[in-house]
Amino acid sequence: MGAEKINQTLPSGIKLVGSPDGIEGPGFFATSLDKVVGMARKNSIWPLPFATSCCGIEFMATMGAHYDLGRFGSERLSFSPRQADLLMVMGTIAKKMAPILRQVYEQMAEPRWVIAVGACASSGGIFDTYSVLQGIDKVIPVDVYVPGCPPRPEQIIDGVMKIQQLVESESLSRRESPEYKARLAQYGIE
Amino acid sequence: MSLTNETVGQKLTEKFGEAILGEEQQFDFHIWTVKRDKIYDIIQFLYEDESLQYQFLTTLCGIHYPDNTPDKTMCIMYQLHNLPENHRIRLKVYFSENDKVMPTITPIFRTSNWMEREAFDFYGVVFKGHPNLKKILNMEEQTDFPMLKFFPLEDPTRDDKDDTMFGRKMFNA
Repeated sequence: MGAEKINQTLPSGIKLVGSPDGIEGPGFFATSLDKVVGMARKNSIWPLPFATSCCGIEFMATMGAHYDLGRFGSERLSFSPRQADLLMVMGTIAKKMAPILRQVYEQMAEPRWVIAVGACASSGGIFDTYSVLQGIDKVIPVDVYVPGCPPRPEQIIDGVMKIQQLVESESLSRRESPEYKARLAQYGIE
Repeated sequence: MSLTNETVGQKLTEKFGEAILGEEQQFDFHIWTVKRDKIYDIIQFLYEDESLQYQFLTTLCGIHYPDNTPDKTMCIMYQLHNLPENHRIRLKVYFSENDKVMPTITPIFRTSNWMEREAFDFYGVVFKGHPNLKKILNMEEQTDFPMLKFFPLEDPTRDDKDDTMFGRKMFNA
């Protein structure tokens, strides 16, 4: 039913983002608002790097020219939680750091996503000990986990692309849904 | 003159006599075990005496010896350094786990402030007279002392470790 995706490639070889599914005719193009917003959000995710150890170093490589996360519309890092869409937790989170991480998450505006990069952020990793939080999902909800100790930049990019899929397909009403509110309530977040 | 372990030992026995409980040599460190209620005076003497001048506190820490006799399971170790002579010594004070109290040496060495807080944080040793004895590294909610040998090494909140998969015994069970 929908028209074919309009995938433009510039003469320089740079690919542009294709249009979403929709109905196209002479002089008009109709699609749903969800899809347009999803497309726009997907390609302009502003990450907030919460880097505490070696995964953060891998992230620096990911942001550098060789791997270049900017190709996915994420070159603008936000060091203020207020303007960030994606919280990237990279590294060991000590139990003493947990309330701070949680506060950063609470300060982010909806819609917000969280990616746990590396074994420590995902599960505590090798630091199975009294001082280390055994995975950030003990204090905040997580959307995507990236395994590795530390993961290579390709893996981090893969994680961000998984986030992109979530962002693209998320319905506009999800953040108001009772399921989502129940999920946050599990963590005691208003 | 240069400082030697013998001259330091001589001076200490001369001045404090029975408060010096014993001495031993571990690698290039000479260690004197001293009485708890005299440790402040001894460190002050080592600091102020013209010929000793141990005016740098390298470190101070707690030690747990669970296999010692019950009145000697806890220990606080002081490592002092005379910088001009480049001579280092150690002092040890032993006491019981049921009586984890030490006099503070913050009036002599201000650097001992954080070290004593660390020993308090990890071993639960209370330093009497310390100006600000509160936790320094661990989170404030923590009530137990993780450097004591009987403290379980692995985090008790972790439930995903299957021992049949990891192939090890439960030492902490």
